[in-house]
Amino acid sequence: MARRKKPQKKIEVDRFRCAYCGACVAVCKFNANELVETFLVIDEEECTLCMSCIKACPMRALAVKEVA
Amino acid sequence: MYDVVVIGAGPGGSIAAKTAAEKGLSVLLVEKRQEIGTPVRCAEGVSKEAIARFVDIDKKWIAAEVVGARIYSPDGTEIVMAEEMAGNEVGYVLERKVFDRHLARLAAKAGADVIVKTTATGIKRKEDGTVEVSLRRMGEEYSVDTKIVIGADGVESRVGKWAGIDTTLKLSEIESCVQYLMTGIDFDPEYCYFWLGNEIAPGGYIWLFPKGEDAANVGIGVLPSLAKKSPKEYLDSFIKEHFDGGEIVEVVAGGVPVKGPVETAVADNVMLVGDAARHADPITGGGIANAMRGGYFAGCVAAEAVEKGDYSAKFLRKYDELWKNDFGKTLHRNKILQQKLLKMDDKTLNKLAKSIAGCNLKEMSVRKIVMELIKHNPRLLWDIKGLFV
Repeated sequence: MARRKKPQKKIEVDRFRCAYCGACVAVCKFNANELVETFLVIDEEECTLCMSCIKACPMRALAVKEVA
Repeated sequence: MYDVVVIGAGPGGSIAAKTAAEKGLSVLLVEKRQEIGTPVRCAEGVSKEAIARFVDIDKKWIAAEVVGARIYSPDGTEIVMAEEMAGNEVGYVLERKVFDRHLARLAAKAGADVIVKTTATGIKRKEDGTVEVSLRRMGEEYSVDTKIVIGADGVESRVGKWAGIDTTLKLSEIESCVQYLMTGIDFDPEYCYFWLGNEIAPGGYIWLFPKGEDAANVGIGVLPSLAKKSPKEYLDSFIKEHFDGGEIVEVVAGGVPVKGPVETAVADNVMLVGDAARHADPITGGGIANAMRGGYFAGCVAAEAVEKGDYSAKFLRKYDELWKNDFGKTLHRNKILQQKLLKMDDKTLNKLAKSIAGCNLKEMSVRKIVMELIKHNPRLLWDIKGLFV
């Protein structure tokens, strides 16, 4: 029987809620978050899922999502 | 080759660009957004003195003028302060969308090149002591050379990080803020309002800044390290209780750095101003006045550096000296005061408010009020008396 892979997680941006305010960028120790013009981009390679950005977001636009 | 490239066209960046250009430097002012001043990320309050120091007052970017501040403790005890005593954030309520553009136009008028919808993507120090700034403009990548970079790129600043200045904020060093522009609510348009309390705004406060007779910015800032809900949820609860029936015509969100003074805002070829330098006030969260002052100092130091041909961090530390000797002392003092306030529960805040509610606050400065508080509550506040005597 094949071994089941551990579910992976990532931070997902709700683009309808995000106000591109930069609060999440300011608290990211790993420089994983970046505002590219008016889009928030999260570098999954750099993100450690520390959750700081989720707590700092005024609009609750960020959440941990499991990746299939 | 530019003498100075300023990244970010907020009040700090534009004043830096204007100052440097007026001193004869070749300046490029870069703004990542397609419209300077939007989206607004600010409560828009500022003292008259702070603005008048750098720019002629023009009614077109003043949304309202207030005569004072009404401050409410958790149990509703009211303290009223006259405008001239209320600090850096009370006096004018700006129309930032117009104000920021006006400042950028002044920078352009002084000779600065201005480009919008252009993102700085990196800086590279070259062997000859100058810097290459990588830019992306509507998909096109290119670079410009400069002697000095002034990072005025806001709370999310990348310039500092590129230059090796650690500007990362802890969750106890940023106010997470949401604000609504509301209409159809009752308030006195001559006053700014502030509501305090750990239940309604942990680690921060709720504000109302009038924007004319029939509209106001109603917003909240909370410390994420203390908050149990998002600032939006706290604000919505407050509005339901106090301004039910009002209409929300605009939503603004933002992070405000309340770190207090940083050790340094310079690196080789680089100076940071405004929120990028964490220059917002730790108590009020206000940042416009300090951003403009910092921008002015950075512009002056850039001119001296270019004249001397020295863009090293050692030379640029003159900028650190200037802002530290100006508003740096207040940043330091207010950081200590903020930490003291954060330890107080609502009962204590009520007690403090009640102890001075009867004083004639129209004749009192913030300093005098704090001294009065200490006089009435020595056990609570004795250890901070040294900050105000």
